[in-house]
Amino acid sequence: MPIAMPNLIPVMPELVMTGVAIILLMAELVIKRKETLGFLSLISVGLISYLLLGSAGTTFGGMFVSDGYSTFFKLIFMANLVLTVLISPKYLQTMRINFGEYYALTLFATLGMMLMASAADIIVLYLGLELMALSTYVLAGFIRYDMKSNEAAIKYLLLGAFASAILLYGTSLIYGLTGTTNLRDIAVYITHNGLAKNPLLMVSMIFFAVAFSFKIAAVPFHMWAPDAYEGAPTPITAFMSVGPKAAGFAVLGRVFLVAFGSVKTDWSVILIPIAVLTMAIGNILALSQTNIKRMLAYSSIAHAGYMLLGIIAGTPAGISSVLNYMFIYAFMNIGAFAIVIMLRTEGFAGEDISDYEGLGKTHPTAAALMLVFMFSLTGIPPMAGFMGKFYLFMSAINAGYTWIVIVAVLFSAISAYFYLRIVMLMYMKEPKEVIQLNTSPGIGLALAVTVSAVILIGILPAKVLALAQQAVTSF
Amino acid sequence: MVPLHWYLTLSAAVFMIGMFGFLTRRNIIIMFMSVELMLNAVNISLVSFSHYLQDMRGHILVFFVITVAAAEAAIGLAIIISLFRNKQTAHVDEMNEMKG
Repeated sequence: MPIAMPNLIPVMPELVMTGVAIILLMAELVIKRKETLGFLSLISVGLISYLLLGSAGTTFGGMFVSDGYSTFFKLIFMANLVLTVLISPKYLQTMRINFGEYYALTLFATLGMMLMASAADIIVLYLGLELMALSTYVLAGFIRYDMKSNEAAIKYLLLGAFASAILLYGTSLIYGLTGTTNLRDIAVYITHNGLAKNPLLMVSMIFFAVAFSFKIAAVPFHMWAPDAYEGAPTPITAFMSVGPKAAGFAVLGRVFLVAFGSVKTDWSVILIPIAVLTMAIGNILALSQTNIKRMLAYSSIAHAGYMLLGIIAGTPAGISSVLNYMFIYAFMNIGAFAIVIMLRTEGFAGEDISDYEGLGKTHPTAAALMLVFMFSLTGIPPMAGFMGKFYLFMSAINAGYTWIVIVAVLFSAISAYFYLRIVMLMYMKEPKEVIQLNTSPGIGLALAVTVSAVILIGILPAKVLALAQQAVTSF
Repeated sequence: MVPLHWYLTLSAAVFMIGMFGFLTRRNIIIMFMSVELMLNAVNISLVSFSHYLQDMRGHILVFFVITVAAAEAAIGLAIIISLFRNKQTAHVDEMNEMKG
């Protein structure tokens, strides 16, 4: 039987990513200065982004699709990877965990996310999800001598494995019902055979919703997130809070809006309580935190709740506002984590919220940057976070979910307390002790990029939004 | 021939046993074994659907699931070993460095 060569153009960015990751793993043996590996991965990101722009198409018998939606998400993953690599080297040296596998694993995790964004078939989706998850488990436990890091990794792994088992059970049910694993074929089968009222379809949608809620850390499946985020190395916390969450939203959007698009009224009944609970628990529990990484973990849970509104709206405007918000969120969240990393020096954790007291007097630049990120996370104009939330809430109102938006705005007001508390501590308290900042050119560059992105998108939001709207037209 | 719903009942039962074990047991290794049980329950139902539908996709997915489960076990046991070096326990209730 002759085997036809599949069209490799759509999958080219992933192939290059695989190649680079394997080369980095080999090069690790001979290269002594591990920062070189980080630099190599930055160059490869440039090449991959270039390939991404010309990669539109479907390949491997319709299992893999590269469209505007996947390309937008992949650009978010690229930004996430670049910023993570920039903020990492100094931290790795400080923690004495400067191993080359770190960079290869971040590349493999990003490759998994890219496969998830492009998956048009549940088999590809599952493989991408596992590739991302397995690499991230290892990265979370990267500080081998630290009990907290080990604990973060094991909790993340146990609950992640549990979630993927649930995802698989949902997959097997949907495969049994429809006889296919292709998302479009599933949609066609559901409409043609009138499966809409089938209880097994509902059960399988619940399984999918649960599994994806684990990945985006939505309540009540968020228990791993605070521990994993607190224990993991801080650059990896930044990486985990953006990448896997964005990938989770990419598959959530594709599965629920493409495969289950015709039974939207059924699944929005599942997602609405999850969204409301996520906003409530995330914001309320963040109030009582004393560790900044843990506080940012609860804040990232709350942001997942806001973004779920766009999926629930289900309109093109809703999806494009999720994309837009995810893009903005990547910059503001990694920026905030970059400041947290700067406070970490040898023998000083700098993770306590009280460590920020008087930062405005001792280190005015760092404090000003933190102020921008905190304002943006709260959603105060003119920062980008405000525009992101504005479009998200508008799309939900236009889709007829006014009461959820009212709830979201109320919880968003609560969130101002814990974000602005940091600002208050920085500017209105006297410094307790002199804090040395652990800066490096990489962190400086990452902060420059994130802060300019947050302010520029805040002032000129139309550009990114137009890109996001264009991305969902092919959806 | 054994009817399809027997396999599905078996699969659902094994899945439930695995899920129950995961939620009630407190030893990491046993929790890990429970997850493997859940994955194998999925494999049973995928293979039986695949045979019933006369379609290869289910078989292919089962091979991937087995491979991924092996990788997951390798990583999981590695993490458990590095955890055990720092604290001589495999009990999840004693992993309480972080709270809140």
